[in-house]
Amino acid sequence: MPPKIGFPMTLTYFTQFPLWKTFFTELGFEFVTSQPTNKLILNNGIKETVTDACIPIKLFHGHVIALKNKVDYIFIPRMVNIDKEKHITFCPKFLGLPDMIRASISNLPPILEVSLDKKNQGKLFLYKACRLLGRQLGKPYNKVFQAYLKAVRFQKKFEDFLVSKKITPVEAIDYFFRNKGNGIKKVINRGNSLKNDENDLNIAVVGYPYQIYDSYVSADIINFLRKRNVRVWTLEMIPSSLLKRYARRLPKKLFWHFSNKVVWASYHFIEQPFIDGIIHVSAFGCGPDAMVGKLVELECKERKFPFLNITIDEHTGEAGIVTRIEAFIDMLRYRRTA
Amino acid sequence: MKISFPHMGISYIAFKHLLEELGYEVIVPPNPTKRTLTYGVKYAPEFACMPFKILLGNYIEVLEKGAEILITSGGVGPCRAGLYGVVHEKILKDIGYEFSMIVLEPPLENFRDFSKRVLVLKQKGIRWTSFLHEVKNAWMKLKLLDKVEQTVNKVRARELNKGQTTKVFNEVLKMIDEARSREEIFKVQKEAIDLLNSVPQDFSREPLKVGIIGEIYVVLEPHVNFDIERFLGERDVYVDRSIYITDYVRFAVWDKKGEDHIKKAAQPYLKQMIGGHGIQSVGETVLYALNGYDGVIQLAPFTCIPEIVSKSILAKVSRDLDIPVLTINIDEQTGEAGVQTRLEAFIDLIKQKKYAKEHAKEKEKGRLYESVYGY
Repeated sequence: MPPKIGFPMTLTYFTQFPLWKTFFTELGFEFVTSQPTNKLILNNGIKETVTDACIPIKLFHGHVIALKNKVDYIFIPRMVNIDKEKHITFCPKFLGLPDMIRASISNLPPILEVSLDKKNQGKLFLYKACRLLGRQLGKPYNKVFQAYLKAVRFQKKFEDFLVSKKITPVEAIDYFFRNKGNGIKKVINRGNSLKNDENDLNIAVVGYPYQIYDSYVSADIINFLRKRNVRVWTLEMIPSSLLKRYARRLPKKLFWHFSNKVVWASYHFIEQPFIDGIIHVSAFGCGPDAMVGKLVELECKERKFPFLNITIDEHTGEAGIVTRIEAFIDMLRYRRTA
Repeated sequence: MKISFPHMGISYIAFKHLLEELGYEVIVPPNPTKRTLTYGVKYAPEFACMPFKILLGNYIEVLEKGAEILITSGGVGPCRAGLYGVVHEKILKDIGYEFSMIVLEPPLENFRDFSKRVLVLKQKGIRWTSFLHEVKNAWMKLKLLDKVEQTVNKVRARELNKGQTTKVFNEVLKMIDEARSREEIFKVQKEAIDLLNSVPQDFSREPLKVGIIGEIYVVLEPHVNFDIERFLGERDVYVDRSIYITDYVRFAVWDKKGEDHIKKAAQPYLKQMIGGHGIQSVGETVLYALNGYDGVIQLAPFTCIPEIVSKSILAKVSRDLDIPVLTINIDEQTGEAGVQTRLEAFIDLIKQKKYAKEHAKEKEKGRLYESVYGY
């Protein structure tokens, strides 16, 4: 039986899962994830973290605990810098993530830790990271290289798929890896037929992928909107070349990879005539979001564009979020008829 | 032109000196009070950290007094402080104030940009030589202020009459503020330290030693951290502050390798620079433990990201190296009495611990004595 590598189903899962899944499967490992977030995972996470950490970090601890006794290795990539600019990095909590996990959870299986650091390792940072992983796991270079090529190709395909089919990463992962069949096909078809469509509202949901796609903490906001005849747009559906055009809008780029994307995407959506409103989902106590939220809010205020900010934490009740979103939708519909 | 800048501890004396000598009318930002914070909280995003709110409140106060230019510092992240300038400007313009903001980025990142912004500050009629001369004077004042604070902490822990050091300290600050030319600064340099050392002290007393780590703004600004250094000092604790503004500027601007020993000390626990003072907090705690300090106090604004990371790691450092660590989160809800109670309890705890340790040592000595001499 091949050794098992565990990957927590949060944070970078939503953007990088296909890459690592392909890479490790090609190398002959079994690559498993934790369950989707549930009450137990959340509670375990809360127990192990300091109180003022944000909810994604608490969840990450919970997911690691869920994997702890089931796998041979836990894989935690340390995201440092993957953009062209050297100052765009990740939230400090991402930078110190493996160290934080080691300090707060005991009896862990060995942690596979690798830095994705373009600033210090140059353009081939991803290959270097893969090579390091291969060395740690004792795999020959040529095999690692082949796995790397395949993984990168697949990741590219995955990202293009999101843009062309206008679906969320969760649905795409279901489509590629979990054979969920018809349900997904329906979603994809819906994405294809943009013109004849019964949805009458277009709402952009912006926020970090690990918050808006985690259906447990975000009260399943995306499907909730869809059920009410709303077409949902997220930043993964915009081609990255288009997104980068908005980089010059701010006098200074933000320092965080995901935050930059959120701000650029918001600026993009505000300009699109068919988008009716923006919902920004942020976590309680999220440092970068304090800046991002204010910037987007001020921009929306200036352009008189409907904007709703939803903050989630471990105590958030679903009913509260639902009421606010429903009110927002009603307002948008009313605005259109008035 | 009326000009102002953020208030950070006693550093305002040096900045005021520089800008006045450059021919500006300086509006010295008032000490942060409840009122400052109320202004800040009103307009700042909810989860912005405490320094953001205080600075915003301070800006509003000086703009009300008629400031036209605000000078502040930038940064390269990933701590939020590097973005303060951008967001503050947007918020203040949205409220309706008219002013221009000069954000000074670290010069080594983009020297052209830096020099352009500095040039704006140089008014017509001021010579280059005198411009540089005054910059150097201000730097000397900053260094002197740091040295004064270090001396104050040393003296205060052993002072005979409670509160006398603080009195002398305030006099010294006035003296430094009044010194204008290079010669006067040289003169005051000697006088200030001598004056502080002349405070009567009890040299037989062996004070507890506590290190203060954490986020730079709340560590440096006594009005935000409830004057923690004075509070501890007057309870016979020698306080060593890990951050001084001249060190901070030096490490951030030209002496990038100056902090390597701290980063090396943090290596076993935290391998990556995480912005702010995250890695420094971990490294300093390790160094304090190795240097025989009795405890460490971490000061952090609520939602400060780097300090949250180091806080979760510090628990392990504290266990491994047997050094008590107290974390104090400061935000607009923090009450002075609550903090002081916790500090007093912490002092009691480390006092007991120290006593127990010494007692164990004595006992060990006695046992050795016994084993050698047999009685």
